[in-house]
Amino acid sequence: MSGARAQTDDEVTARRIVLDLAGAFSNDGFKVRDGHWSGMVKPHETKIVAVNLYAGNQYWFSVGATTKAKKISVEVYDESGERVVTEKYEAGEKAAAGFSAGHSGQYYIGLGLIEGEPTSFCLVYSYK
Amino acid sequence: MFVRRRYAAIAFLVSTCAVLGVQERRLSPQQLSQAITSDEITIPTPGELFAALAKPGKLNWSSQYREPISTNYGNRAQIALNLGGLIADGFIAVEAQDSQQVKNIGADIIKMAKSLGVSEKVLGRGNSINQFAEKNEWSALQEELESTQNEVKSSMQTHRDQDLIILVSLGGWIRGTQVVSGLVAQNYDVRSAKVLRQPALAGFIHSKMNDVSPELQNERLVKEVNIQLGAIEKLVSFPLGEAPSPEKVKQLNGAATRMMQEIESKTESK
Repeated sequence: MSGARAQTDDEVTARRIVLDLAGAFSNDGFKVRDGHWSGMVKPHETKIVAVNLYAGNQYWFSVGATTKAKKISVEVYDESGERVVTEKYEAGEKAAAGFSAGHSGQYYIGLGLIEGEPTSFCLVYSYK
Repeated sequence: MFVRRRYAAIAFLVSTCAVLGVQERRLSPQQLSQAITSDEITIPTPGELFAALAKPGKLNWSSQYREPISTNYGNRAQIALNLGGLIADGFIAVEAQDSQQVKNIGADIIKMAKSLGVSEKVLGRGNSINQFAEKNEWSALQEELESTQNEVKSSMQTHRDQDLIILVSLGGWIRGTQVVSGLVAQNYDVRSAKVLRQPALAGFIHSKMNDVSPELQNERLVKEVNIQLGAIEKLVSFPLGEAPSPEKVKQLNGAATRMMQEIESKTESK
């Protein structure tokens, strides 16, 4: 859903970068959700996004930013707020975390800018 | 060679752990309560729910088909609710790998979307659904169905019909819950039953329903659906790690079926 508001250039770039990254997981049978979250993240700030997942599905949460971000991170937390162990991919302005949901319910995705200038982030996820 | 790879993997893990330190090990209650929620990422698609259920084995998805529903309702809230349900029907047909059923549902989705006055972009999706169905491209069809739903919602936002967006999501979620609880009830096992747990999702949809305009909330169908949603929320709010009993699954299926009947059968026009 692109929404009524026009996207900024940074948002468009972040979206393109994250879709490139998420596309890599498609080769492994993951379906990329069309929905996404976009927003500005400042250095050392963590944005938390709530998602609802199903037990037994495998997920990859991919995040992309512009090149103003030098290092970003993505973490998954369960419904009590405890960090979940995930497989990681991190490369500059791109990062992804993958895991199998052990139970159905709410999870939280933490997006952080470790190094770089404030910039737009885009989060998408894939499942199988 | 293997040892070298293993060292590389360990070095990668160490660097990863250094990065992990930047984000908290545990989120505070305040962070949890302030988490960002949005219709398009917080609400999963019916396809995700069906994927989780499909893991234990081959299921009889076509047993969950329903008779074709009307595509010319006069009430916009009812159209939005049914549009969500129809999109879920599309995901069921994809799981059943039934290309003709996907095409039929795709045509109904477009007819119903037209009656809401959605954009030309949505109408173009109908052709894509047909083309993917012709080629049995099931994965692409799932993505196309979600994109169609998001185009419809985007068009609603543009046309200042924001309140209808949550109704599309609700229609899809209820139809998905009806189908999955029906399949679990047919052949009960604990692992599949656990998939039905969604307290936060039901709570999120319920809170969004309470945020729509008072005028829409007072429409008979919306009021009725909102009351029934409260009962369904209780049925999907069982404790973590537990599975609902076969009796509870049947109750959930009965409640979702009653809500779907309500959504399909009202004939108010507004």
